[in-house]
Amino acid sequence: MAGFLQQVIEGLGAGAIYASLALALVLIHRFTGIVNFAQGELAMFSTYVAWQFTAAGLPFWAALPLTLAVSFAGGMLIERVVIRPVEGAPELTVVIVTVGLFIFVNAAAGWIWSFLIKDFPNPFPVGAVEAGGLTVSHSTLGVLAVVGAVMGLLYLLFRHTKVGLGMRAVAADPVSARLVGVRVGRTLALGWGLAATVGAVSGVLVAPLLFLEPNMMGGVLIYAFAAATLGGFDSPGGAVVGGLVVGVAETLAGAYVGFVGSDLKVGVPLAVILCVLLLRPQGLFGRAAVERA
Amino acid sequence: MRLSAIGRTAVTAGLLLAAAACGGREDPGAGAGATTAAGGCQGQQTTGITDTGIKLGGIYPLSGPASAYGAIPKGIKAYFDYVNAEQNGIGGRKVEFVVRDDGYQPPKAVEEARRLVEQEQVFALFQTLGTPSTTATWDYAGQRKVPQVFVATGASKWGTDTRHPWTIGWQPNYVSEARVYAQYLKQERPDAKVAVLYQNDDFGKDLLGGFRKAIEGSGITVVAEQSYEVSDPSVDPQMRNLAQSGADVLLNVTTPRFGSQALAADARNTKWNPLHIVNNVAASITVLRPVGFENVQGVVSATYYKDPVDPQWENDPEMTLYRAKLKQYAPDADPSVPYHAFGWAVASSFHKTMEAAKCPTREGLRDSMRNLSGVEVGMLLPGVTMSTGPDDGFPIESMRLMRFKGERWELFGEVIDTRREFGPLTAD
Amino acid sequence: MSGPAETAGEPMTAEKSETVGKPVAAGPAAGRRGALVRAVTAHRGRLAVAALLAVACYLPFQLVPFHVFQLTMVLVYAVALLGLNLLVGHAGQISLGHGAFFAVGAYGTAIMIDRWDAPHLATLPVAAAAAFALGLAFGLPAVRLHGLYLALVTLAIAVFLVPLLKRFESVTGGSMGLTLGKPAPPAWTGLAEDQWLYFLALAVAVVTFLLARGLLRSRVGRALHAVRDDEAAAEVMGVRLSFHKTLAFAWSAMFAGAAGSVYTWVIGFVSPDSFSVTLSITLLAGIVVGGLGSLAGPLLGGLFVMFVPSISQDVNEAAPGVVFGLLIIAVMYVAPAGLAGLAARLARSTMRILRKG
Repeated sequence: MAGFLQQVIEGLGAGAIYASLALALVLIHRFTGIVNFAQGELAMFSTYVAWQFTAAGLPFWAALPLTLAVSFAGGMLIERVVIRPVEGAPELTVVIVTVGLFIFVNAAAGWIWSFLIKDFPNPFPVGAVEAGGLTVSHSTLGVLAVVGAVMGLLYLLFRHTKVGLGMRAVAADPVSARLVGVRVGRTLALGWGLAATVGAVSGVLVAPLLFLEPNMMGGVLIYAFAAATLGGFDSPGGAVVGGLVVGVAETLAGAYVGFVGSDLKVGVPLAVILCVLLLRPQGLFGRAAVERA
Repeated sequence: MRLSAIGRTAVTAGLLLAAAACGGREDPGAGAGATTAAGGCQGQQTTGITDTGIKLGGIYPLSGPASAYGAIPKGIKAYFDYVNAEQNGIGGRKVEFVVRDDGYQPPKAVEEARRLVEQEQVFALFQTLGTPSTTATWDYAGQRKVPQVFVATGASKWGTDTRHPWTIGWQPNYVSEARVYAQYLKQERPDAKVAVLYQNDDFGKDLLGGFRKAIEGSGITVVAEQSYEVSDPSVDPQMRNLAQSGADVLLNVTTPRFGSQALAADARNTKWNPLHIVNNVAASITVLRPVGFENVQGVVSATYYKDPVDPQWENDPEMTLYRAKLKQYAPDADPSVPYHAFGWAVASSFHKTMEAAKCPTREGLRDSMRNLSGVEVGMLLPGVTMSTGPDDGFPIESMRLMRFKGERWELFGEVIDTRREFGPLTAD
Repeated sequence: MSGPAETAGEPMTAEKSETVGKPVAAGPAAGRRGALVRAVTAHRGRLAVAALLAVACYLPFQLVPFHVFQLTMVLVYAVALLGLNLLVGHAGQISLGHGAFFAVGAYGTAIMIDRWDAPHLATLPVAAAAAFALGLAFGLPAVRLHGLYLALVTLAIAVFLVPLLKRFESVTGGSMGLTLGKPAPPAWTGLAEDQWLYFLALAVAVVTFLLARGLLRSRVGRALHAVRDDEAAAEVMGVRLSFHKTLAFAWSAMFAGAAGSVYTWVIGFVSPDSFSVTLSITLLAGIVVGGLGSLAGPLLGGLFVMFVPSISQDVNEAAPGVVFGLLIIAVMYVAPAGLAGLAARLARSTMRILRKG
């Protein structure tokens, strides 16, 4: 039993990593209505920025706010330079632009920092909490706490600020939003900036665990997609729950289902998602769009 | 004027037949520009080689998920630039090295191989990287009778296959490497229980298969094995499952990032302390440093070329030359990156092989690369040499064990010649 | 008016009648020229296709084998993109897993040749049928999913396929893959191997293009467009939504499977890692860049997928991805409707100049 619970805990740890990036995906989807393929790569790039600051001698806790600020500005800049020109084009055009951005950012990071693994400082102390035969590492607790905090902040932003209201209006219908005086351009740029910031938090959190190199986020992105879809693409709470469910399902299947084993375990969360979607196509926490027939 | 679909097809067919009837392109097989030698090497191919120059083509992943290996051609280019400028090339022939990117995708590799052979008219394909890309191109190289020299993959089939005389490997194959670890365990832990973490592709399977075979009949057993995909974010779950097996040896068959993850996971788990053997691909200092040197003490691996960050080679003449020339001819390349040293080593291996060729022809190179006898290469470890023969398609089959201590690897024991210890490797 | 697909396939029906109705300039010479221009204008869609085919048949006799090989791969990608176009461009559903159906076709052919020494050409219909059946099976749940969610599920298929292929090693050759012989050209053709492969690919491409065109002009095509443009309205009008969406998925998978089959003939080697998620994403990028909803789109997309990575490398050897990524973004700026849209725009302005001149 303790072994099983331990696996659940480890699954939650993995799930927290997926959830951290899923939050950024949800954020940008809420603001702009698109899926950003480059989100993971932007997070990776932000992590390199943080690494550059620490390599220059800054302590981690000074480098972090600087990185977040740079990421926010970088996200806004990308919206202005890369996304604005295709604003109003079909949704798929914008999605493909993010695919282009994905390839570009990945190659650029390799070009600038090479493909060798970089040392990245762990913000959490080494060691683990032990209780009742179970072990939870400080890293896992730390990641979970930060993910929870980010989720709470996003919830407040969406629900209780004017920006959140404007953003929902823009994502729902940009033309109407513009008519009622929402500054659509600024809202979209803000969305990209915030998503890049949340992505940076995710990258900094996972870098000590996954090790920093340009392909660090590639594997995470697919799981983050799964988490966001499972939870509903417009709910931060859903993204976190989705991430945790995916992490636990994957870990347990890899450990206990003999036929699945470690090579096919990726299929398990995917099967879970397929089932969830067939029963509840809007995801666990998403709101179904009501169509006028 | 109005053409129906059927009409159009008929017109097409007519055109096709007419064009075919006209005879079409000249000599579709050999391609334009093919030349042959005279004299003692009469009739042999001299495409891509003249008295003053030799053109080589290499295919590497410069883009995509395997781009880390894109550093290898930098070391090769630096070597050839140095040889061209300071030694008047290889036997008076200046080397031109054309590098193409396949993104680690076999269809791209086929395209680039054809570009190099048919359009660039290279003398030889000097390195294709990765088992899939090399497998996709070796039939072609054989058909066109173009040497495919020292491919950068350790699959054992380059040496065991008999139908592809134009293709040869270079680095110790994964099976040989597995034999080295098996040999070590037989001496140190004759009843070891081994847990294996391996990458689920040709590389991981080859090494694991070789290891299983090498421990047959001994007291060593594989008690647990876990695979991972390169698309997995982390190998932590696999490491947990392995820890439950209670094995006393962990064989870590991974590529760099996953290697770091596995080493870190082993260090984190204070309840399980197996002897950790990490395979050569992930044994670079650049993989170990991020984990923290204090966490990787006593880890064992094997190697065959000199690590540029190892202080024991600080005054080694070849290493001094390598550092100086890399700085001079590839100023943006970091000499401590092991891939650059790998490139340097393989380029100088080619240099020696080409020099030993009796005829400056493709056939001459093919015969030379299959007739190496104890060739010493400065960048290889002392005692590791290149030998091939009619029944030996593996240039390097010796490795030496090393243990991590302090901030560097320490070599220990003698050079292990796996051919002598285990006999020649065969197709099955 | 007809839907966008038909206008792109056979453009400017409206302007044709406008040209015909225009008073012809006085003078016999001008009249003759006018008639010629009129004739050319009226049939230029067909003329262009015929000319393209003639060139396509002539090229392999002029180009070196390497370029013939490149064109063969363009055709392979074009056939796969044709299938994706059907789904994304005409049925309005996003698939991020088309590489999986491509792989099913490729592996189907490879396994048939490897196990039973099946003649190469005979494997194509079987492989395509297998992909069709699989598409049908996945199409059933896909019907219930919209946009993003469908994209995710298809992505999941692509991700899952790679370890699955490795698992069943006895059939698929595992991670080592399967190496196969290439189809030998029959002696009577007098063709070299690369030319024969090219003509096989060309024949498959022509047949699949005709098939796709036929499909789109039938009830199925009209139903798909109705679904894409307004699902609710289509349903009210009596279009059987789920039936057509499932079928679109299956047809689309079939084209991808056919392309995969030809891929195996041409490359002679399949391995699981050749069909990673990257392939699926590249295909989706290819069709959007080429132009959704037009018959020229898949061909232009195939050209893009084939040639742009090499061009990127020529521009920046150190990091080809930087250039490739920028080029994708740049094409989307210049031609948000894809290269086919851009080409149509150019053709329109050229024609206008021609008519005025």
